[in-house]
Amino acid sequence: MRTGWRVAEVIGVSQETRTARTLRLRLPGLTGHRAGQHVDVRLTAPDGYTAVRSYSVASALPGDELELTVEELDEGEVSPYLVHGVSVGDQLEVRGPVGGWFVWDPADPSPVQLIAGGSGVVPLMAMIRAHAAADPASPGATAEFRLLYSVRSPDAAYYGAELDELAGSDLLTVTYVYTREAPAGSPVPPGRLDARALSIAVLPVSANPAFFICGATAFVETVADWLVQAGYPADRIKTERYGGMGSTP
Amino acid sequence: MGIVSPGFFGRRRQGDPALPPGQYLTESFPVLSAGPTPRIAPEEWEFTITTETGQVHRWSWDEFLALKQDDVTQDIHCVTSWSKLGTSWRGVSLDTLFESVESDCEFTMAHSYGGYTTNVPLDDLLGGKAWIAHEFDGEALEPAHGGPARLLVPHLYFWKSAKWVRGLELLRQDEPGFWESNGYHMYGDPWREERYW
Repeated sequence: MRTGWRVAEVIGVSQETRTARTLRLRLPGLTGHRAGQHVDVRLTAPDGYTAVRSYSVASALPGDELELTVEELDEGEVSPYLVHGVSVGDQLEVRGPVGGWFVWDPADPSPVQLIAGGSGVVPLMAMIRAHAAADPASPGATAEFRLLYSVRSPDAAYYGAELDELAGSDLLTVTYVYTREAPAGSPVPPGRLDARALSIAVLPVSANPAFFICGATAFVETVADWLVQAGYPADRIKTERYGGMGSTP
Repeated sequence: MGIVSPGFFGRRRQGDPALPPGQYLTESFPVLSAGPTPRIAPEEWEFTITTETGQVHRWSWDEFLALKQDDVTQDIHCVTSWSKLGTSWRGVSLDTLFESVESDCEFTMAHSYGGYTTNVPLDDLLGGKAWIAHEFDGEALEPAHGGPARLLVPHLYFWKSAKWVRGLELLRQDEPGFWESNGYHMYGDPWREERYW
């Protein structure tokens, strides 16, 4: 049952950036989901042709609703339709949420270092939201969270206002790395993340943080290698790549 | 037919009889793994088969390369819905590796450098259906794709083709490996869409 196709209703849409949109879905029978999981979405054309893609869940909601943030890909088959073709009231077929590895567990008291490349921030946002909403009695509720977010430009960043607000608490620190265009007045010129900037931004080895890294393959491979070289244990580093389990075009 | 999305046409990359249901074709070779990529030097590498009696059959890199090598062309299917047709590999057939192995077990667990595991029935490894591959497209297999060597079981979803493989353990009973303990199917037949449990 859990893994069969179910019909979800689109109950909200909001533009996240020029090329990305957040869809809020109601999935009857769903009773919450784990932060970091993904769903499969199946579209069917009028002649019966179907296409399936996986999307990370962005939300951390307790009931039968969840949110996906979908980036439109130039060569995409499903993403352009989800970004431009879907309206409130439409129905979509959804399978999941699934995944038991790339998930944050509120019972884990470890400090958490999140590292996002571009739209790889989506499952990490689910973790940030789950952390903010966690039962104060759960061991993870007071764990330190840090997000290092590599993104092309300020206007390509997702969830800006919400991250600003959450970063006002003591429990979340957000560091942006702008790769192409920095905000006006930024003291740091745009450029790719390097090993030195990484080591300054992330929680220290002594904190034994749990890492979650999500982004394009080259980004994830490079960052994970730097962390291992810097002395972080490989078994504390969980990764998800576009095209890997859970986050495909 | 499911819920129809008006105005959705799609790119029509399905329809190839070599494509299992729910899969689309890709020309690239996406990477799929759960953590950092282990870097294993060939001189450190070994491959073992461990039977239910504890007997260990062991090959060093040089011994492994001295075995009969197969060049195979296979379609591969990832559970995340991409398929890649006609991929070229060079490696050693599991039939060759199992020639001297005595066992009554029906199940195996593949173990990888880095700690990954996946379960595969022994029948699915024998009979010309599986290899330990060390070349892709005529080149040494890159670490990101599982090098120095990976299991290749192309008739099952590709997470069964364990990267950085270091051994097979024979088991009397089927046990879940890594993804199988995290929501994915115990067997993983792409033609029956055995993605999740």
